[in-house]
Amino acid sequence: MKASRTTAVDVTKPDRESPAALNVEKIRGDFPILDREVKGEALVYLDSAATSQKPQAVIDKLVECYTRYFANPHRGIHTLSQEATEHYENAREKLASFLGAQTSGVVFTRNCTEAINLVAYAWARRRLGPGDRILTTVTEHHSNLVPWQMAASDTGARLDYLPVTNDGYLDLSALDDLLTAETKLVALSGASNVLGTVNALDELIRGAKRVGALVLVDGAQLVPHAPVDFDKLGADFLAVAGHKMLGPSGVGALIARPELLDEMEPFMGGGGMILDVRLEGSKWIEAPWKFEAGTPPLAEAIGLGAAVDYLSKIGMERVREHERKLSAYALERFAELEDFTLFGPWNPDHRLATFSFNVGDGRGGIIHPHDAGTFLDGMGIAVRAGHHCAKPLMRRLGVVATTRASCYLYNTTAEIDLLVEGIHRMRNFFAGA
Amino acid sequence: MEFNELYQEIILDHYRSPRNNCSEQEASAGNCVKHENPLCGDELLLSVQLDSKGGWIEKICFAGHGCSISQASASMMTEAVQGLDRRQALALVERVREMMRGAEPDEELGDVEALQGVSKFPVRIKCALLAWMALKDALDGGNGNYQTETIHEQGRS
Repeated sequence: MKASRTTAVDVTKPDRESPAALNVEKIRGDFPILDREVKGEALVYLDSAATSQKPQAVIDKLVECYTRYFANPHRGIHTLSQEATEHYENAREKLASFLGAQTSGVVFTRNCTEAINLVAYAWARRRLGPGDRILTTVTEHHSNLVPWQMAASDTGARLDYLPVTNDGYLDLSALDDLLTAETKLVALSGASNVLGTVNALDELIRGAKRVGALVLVDGAQLVPHAPVDFDKLGADFLAVAGHKMLGPSGVGALIARPELLDEMEPFMGGGGMILDVRLEGSKWIEAPWKFEAGTPPLAEAIGLGAAVDYLSKIGMERVREHERKLSAYALERFAELEDFTLFGPWNPDHRLATFSFNVGDGRGGIIHPHDAGTFLDGMGIAVRAGHHCAKPLMRRLGVVATTRASCYLYNTTAEIDLLVEGIHRMRNFFAGA
Repeated sequence: MEFNELYQEIILDHYRSPRNNCSEQEASAGNCVKHENPLCGDELLLSVQLDSKGGWIEKICFAGHGCSISQASASMMTEAVQGLDRRQALALVERVREMMRGAEPDEELGDVEALQGVSKFPVRIKCALLAWMALKDALDGGNGNYQTETIHEQGRS
């Protein structure tokens, strides 16, 4: 397949010098949890695609918030509330600048799923009807698939799925048929949480724009691992998961073009989003706050601001390059393995360091991912086993589940070696060799 | 290490050569229940035939796919309940559930005792219980005239 790369999400950087390598040992020192043992072995955390671990700076920021200025933001005249508001809004600015977005286009949500649902409710349900089409892909996480099934069912719109090739790329050859004048929204992930494939966003967004469709990018997997510039990307919405990018759990964000938010009605009603409430009806304040009904995840958003500071200081290009090298190393080691199936591209330039695989049991079957997960856990290695909230993709791949090892900036080639060693031992154990 | 308590040789043996394992067609031809574990996507089809008087479990077989624990447990279960009547089989299901909660079995359970190690791995208890819960469903469903499909919410993605 012709792989089209984007300038807004540059994962290859062929013409530029490699950014300075990360000092991984120093970085590991920033993550206290990495010191712990599991089952008597040093923890090897390879589940960052599910959630990332937190640097001390983020943990300290949470403590600072709760010990210095915790109060309900936007509501009080008192000093603590003013300070809380300041820190909360400051986190919004940090996230906006980190992602090349406008501050007024950043809506804090509880998670990435809520960000996607916000668009499904506040935009899709109000704009779509019978005859309209939504295009997503078979590779999506349930969070970027189920909300569209629900919206399609509520509005009478039709949901189309872009297929995936056998080597784990979105099948762009199907785009011409699937992008029609009726297509009003294209919702796709920046990178697959199963295959690790970094999708050809440039080409996909160009195609969507050609037919006048809006584009929502599920950035849960991509944003933590590569530089993303929302403005250059040309998408209309970008959903972000705070906890996957070193931030606390309980906070995500919807990044949007501010003018779109202005045109949209609120998703949820409640406190903090109103201009005036009368018994006859209410008026809203402006975006982004009209989408933040109720007390927001204050400490979590401020903690996410600290995570963004941490990542910015290191530089996302260096994070990406580190993980590209880890991928190259892992792929080399995986290639030595017998009876090993990798789901996703073998090219480190086209993928994240997120590897879904299955290992043969020596009798024509596979070692069940749950057995693999338990076995590796016995060696202190944390991997994910299951369908990864992507059941349609599992069916497409012809498997029930896979084992997934996923890396981040704190992982090392030595940990890849331990994973490979674990796979060897596991195979011997279950194949009875 | 705990690990060896989970994967005892007897479990690996049932996993590698499951007893009373049949094809999906065969399992679904009879009176059949289907159980799923949404956490891992495992599926188990269990077919139970009582004798003509409705007393004893005369024939029991399972099909599907799953991890070593769920497959071994299904294999052991089909052996253990063969020839038991409905009440005895349900009592055994309860005993195995108790065992998963950490209780020592109060009588000889044969191969099934090997499942005791699973109780130390809370995330795997559902794997071990899949077949037993399917059996309970099958027997609770009526006297040999059950055709239910039960999806147990045993986890989330």
